[in-house]
Amino acid sequence: MLAKRIIPCLDIDKGRVVKGVQFVNLIDAGDPVEQARYYEEQKADELVFLDITASHEKRETVLELARRVSDEVFIPFTIGGGIRTVDDVRLMLKSGADKVSINTAAINDPTVVTTSAQRFGSQCIVVAIDAKRRADFDPARGALGNWEVYTHGGRNPTGLDAVKWAIRIQQLGAGEILLTSMDRDGSKEGFDLELTAAVSENLEIPVIASGGVGNLEHLYDGLVKGKADAVLAASIFHFREYSVTEAKNFLAKKGVCVRK
Amino acid sequence: MINIIDFKMGNLRSVEKAFLHLGFEARISQDPADIGSASHLVLPGDGAFGRSMEHIAAMGFEQPVRGWIAAGMPFLGICVGFQLLFERSDEMGEHRGLGIVPGNVQKFPPGRKIPHMGWNQVDWKRESPLVEGIGDGAWFYFVHSYFAKPSREQDVLGVTDYGMEVAAVVGDDAKKAYAVQFHPEKSQAAGLKLLENFANM
Repeated sequence: MLAKRIIPCLDIDKGRVVKGVQFVNLIDAGDPVEQARYYEEQKADELVFLDITASHEKRETVLELARRVSDEVFIPFTIGGGIRTVDDVRLMLKSGADKVSINTAAINDPTVVTTSAQRFGSQCIVVAIDAKRRADFDPARGALGNWEVYTHGGRNPTGLDAVKWAIRIQQLGAGEILLTSMDRDGSKEGFDLELTAAVSENLEIPVIASGGVGNLEHLYDGLVKGKADAVLAASIFHFREYSVTEAKNFLAKKGVCVRK
Repeated sequence: MINIIDFKMGNLRSVEKAFLHLGFEARISQDPADIGSASHLVLPGDGAFGRSMEHIAAMGFEQPVRGWIAAGMPFLGICVGFQLLFERSDEMGEHRGLGIVPGNVQKFPPGRKIPHMGWNQVDWKRESPLVEGIGDGAWFYFVHSYFAKPSREQDVLGVTDYGMEVAAVVGDDAKKAYAVQFHPEKSQAAGLKLLENFANM
């Protein structure tokens, strides 16, 4: 049976790992390759590197990161942050990334997703969605009309409905969705389970839940109640509150299929 | 020298790095002439079946690959390189494959997430030098939306369960010709062991 995936997320700034709480107050937490090896030993299923302050002049730093990680780490990894063009995607994959995560560029120019998927395969195109509950959130309304897509770390509303946008992304050829609740990100209160389930149930492609993990029960809820195919977490792993091994033991005991 | 065929589809760097990490000599090559000086041939790749076949034919790899396998030299297909060995695929129209393994490639039926993406367990149908030292239920990393249906049971070396039995490894020990649907270069210890077994043939 296909295992549910546990994915540590490493936020990267100038080639170093940092962790943002609600995308501010950054605290330095180490070297990316060392961190990647540490997580690989714990049987993390994949890794995500998000270059949170990516801009064009920093591109070479990120490509170098991809090369270093792919030389030494034998699990799949995704790189996101500042991917704007098909050529950015090409260079990142050529440097050794297994997947790239596209966020704002998918909204500004959806052909980046379509063209990249056609050229390199859907399997390596992850589209990141940052969603927030609407002020008039009403569970009775169901999947549509309750969440809005944001960009720029949750600052800019787009007017797009999160579930509709996720369906559109699947049609464009993305292979996977990285879904972050901006309400929960950094809160340690757990995933937005209604959001996660609404997106996962309406898609054929896998969904990675992100934003809000504070304990192991949250991971379980995301996978079981939220119906996510994978869960992403940063701070609970970085600050050694839990190891990935502990997380997997916990989930296995509760009957979730994980790789051990 | 392990020769990794680059037919301009997908990320081959990890395959090369895995062999180098294991202490073998490996190179990525777009030149069919390089095959002559190789000891092992690897056909990796990601992406669409039809386009992959077009590239292989246009770059002059089709006959050298056939000749290599016919001669019983060590061969390993990975992911699309696994699917290309079959006779045909339904991916975006019907496409001809290399036809080395009888059977075809088709889309997963609905009722599951597609692609089949992530870690799944492989059980072995028989013993083979390729999987020596790798126990039943070993985990490997898969990414694919289409699956192969080999016609002959004898070709299937390993299977995985994705709500249905899916061929994960095909092989012919006498010819030293193998192919894997998963990515051994992304499958940690079990994957590296498989690559090591292959490189030692």
